[in-house]
Amino acid sequence: MTEKAEKLIIRLQNVTRIYKVGVELIHALDGIDLELRKNEYVAVMGASGSGKSTLMNVLGCLDRATSGYYELDDKDTTKMSDAALANVRNERIGFVFQSFELLGQLSALKNVEMPLIYSRNGWWSRRKRAKNVLERVGLGDRIKHKPNQLSGGEKQRVAIARALVCNPSILLADEPTGNLDSKTSEEILKLFDQLHREGQTIILVTHEKHVARHAKRIIHMRDGQIYSDLPREQDPAYKNTIQNDVRKGPK
Amino acid sequence: MRAGIRVSVAFFQLFYQSVYLALGQIWTNKTRSVLTTIGIVIGVASVTAVIAALTGLKAKVLSQVETFGTNTIFILPTRPDKGPMRHASWWTIRFLPEHFDNILEHCPSVESFSRIGGVGQHTVRYGEKSVDNVEVTGIEPAFHEIQNRPVSLGRTFSVIDNMQVRPVCLIDPKLRDELRLDRDCIGQSIRIGHHTFSIVGVIEGQPELQFGESGQEHYEVFIPFKTTFKMGKPWIAAFAASKGTEVTEEAQAEIRFFLRRTRNIRPGEPDTFRIESVKRFMETFNSIALMVTLVAGGVVGISLLVGGVGIMNIMLVSVSERTREIGLRKAVGAKKSAVLTQFLIEAVVLCFVGGLVGVGIGQCLTLIISGINPVLDMTYIPAWAILLSFCFAGSVGIFFGMFPAIKAARLDPIEALRHE
Repeated sequence: MTEKAEKLIIRLQNVTRIYKVGVELIHALDGIDLELRKNEYVAVMGASGSGKSTLMNVLGCLDRATSGYYELDDKDTTKMSDAALANVRNERIGFVFQSFELLGQLSALKNVEMPLIYSRNGWWSRRKRAKNVLERVGLGDRIKHKPNQLSGGEKQRVAIARALVCNPSILLADEPTGNLDSKTSEEILKLFDQLHREGQTIILVTHEKHVARHAKRIIHMRDGQIYSDLPREQDPAYKNTIQNDVRKGPK
Repeated sequence: MRAGIRVSVAFFQLFYQSVYLALGQIWTNKTRSVLTTIGIVIGVASVTAVIAALTGLKAKVLSQVETFGTNTIFILPTRPDKGPMRHASWWTIRFLPEHFDNILEHCPSVESFSRIGGVGQHTVRYGEKSVDNVEVTGIEPAFHEIQNRPVSLGRTFSVIDNMQVRPVCLIDPKLRDELRLDRDCIGQSIRIGHHTFSIVGVIEGQPELQFGESGQEHYEVFIPFKTTFKMGKPWIAAFAASKGTEVTEEAQAEIRFFLRRTRNIRPGEPDTFRIESVKRFMETFNSIALMVTLVAGGVVGISLLVGGVGIMNIMLVSVSERTREIGLRKAVGAKKSAVLTQFLIEAVVLCFVGGLVGVGIGQCLTLIISGINPVLDMTYIPAWAILLSFCFAGSVGIFFGMFPAIKAARLDPIEALRHE
């Protein structure tokens, strides 16, 4: 119950996101209420079309809620200008994507430095900070390599380093293991566990149960609404996987 | 104040970063960049070469005019456009020697004065050698000073030569060599037409550059002014020099007033002569140079326009190729202005690189031009032309890069990241 004492980072109140396709209205998010505290490790699960990507975009300030209230670090983001939202993305949010999104012509170091270019105060120290964070994800000896000289796992580590370089309040990972084999996936998930232990707040979007299992809290979405929001131990998916593992037995 | 510093520092960071990225892009897509900037390269190369050639020509002409004397005034008869003299024959409007009597006393701004009498081209003979088409001109002593052609050997014509209509002449060194005369040919006799003249001196040759006549050899013989009447009826004109460049116009006005009186032109009737100065000639030359520059400028403008469209095209391709990159940059916190600046600077850098190559090629062209044509040996690219080329290239980059950059800045990050 120590988690309750932590600071509230994200507060969503009755957030909706409605797309207009022709004359039809699509309720991608339909009244979401969500609270997230510092150092939480949350997995968002759901089938495709359940609204988890839209939730991710809204949480990451890439998209605006059609209605409702979204507070990030005690600041109301719903009324911010585009430029202010860009600053929020830069300083408070780190994105990790399924397909890494590294810039092919730049070295790992330059890729990690990139967000600091747009930062208001990190510019002068960007090289040092990028090096530090690359060491933190275990790539201290790979800083000069270009993405095509790195393995998939290493690429994702570089992407995670890039997400962390601005010391974000939350780390948003969208299917971070979707393009990786299971062994590398495990390594990346271990890295997430390590970051969580170091105090990082993490939101993980996935549809794979064994990935979600690493999180401490699992949210299921369906039709733009939160369908269940339980700690890992009480989540049916977690229980099932444990049971499956037990049934399979040790290799 | 602090906010201002912060903004300018942020801009500098973005600028530096954008230039760096743009150079990286150009380096990665070498072939494409070369093809794209070819229009700019040609435009800049041609504008610098044309400006260099004109500058060279102008420098040459100026140096010629300086040896000529910038305060020189030419006086020659002209048929007016209107008035009773407009159909007069050339012979009626010719100058008579007495028209110029006492001109120095009446024109205080005129320093020196010489009538010249042209008696056409004659055949000059010495021994068995003969040269056709030699220009025979009667001059007065002031001619040497006004035209800056001193006598290098021997003496000038004296007052007695003129008064007694003596058959003496000054010879041009080219003609002397052509006739196989001795280097010191003073006292030798040559035949000009049907008359025998004795050489009293060698006059310095005309300066090298003579527009329009450079191909053909041009020989000259000078005789005393009055002696020309022995050869036939001379066509009289005059040279004068004003006391300084600043009083040239006053001198022209004084000569005009004087000649209208001696030639009995009634008030209201147009002049039957023309008074030209080197200054006028320079003005004419400048206006021609300006016209050439404008025409060249038009051609270059079209070339830069085509180059600009090429830049715009390639930037549009670049924006759609790098949609995901733009999405990513926006996701990690790049503002619209940052993306706009990045693509704009990329276009400008592309143009500047084109401009740089263009100036280089222009420099080569200039060297070739000055190598081929000795008239243009003073050709060089002035600093302002290089600056101008770069300004043009830069504005083309900004103008044609704006649309793709705006397109990039307006991309929705979510859509952009989903782009294949």
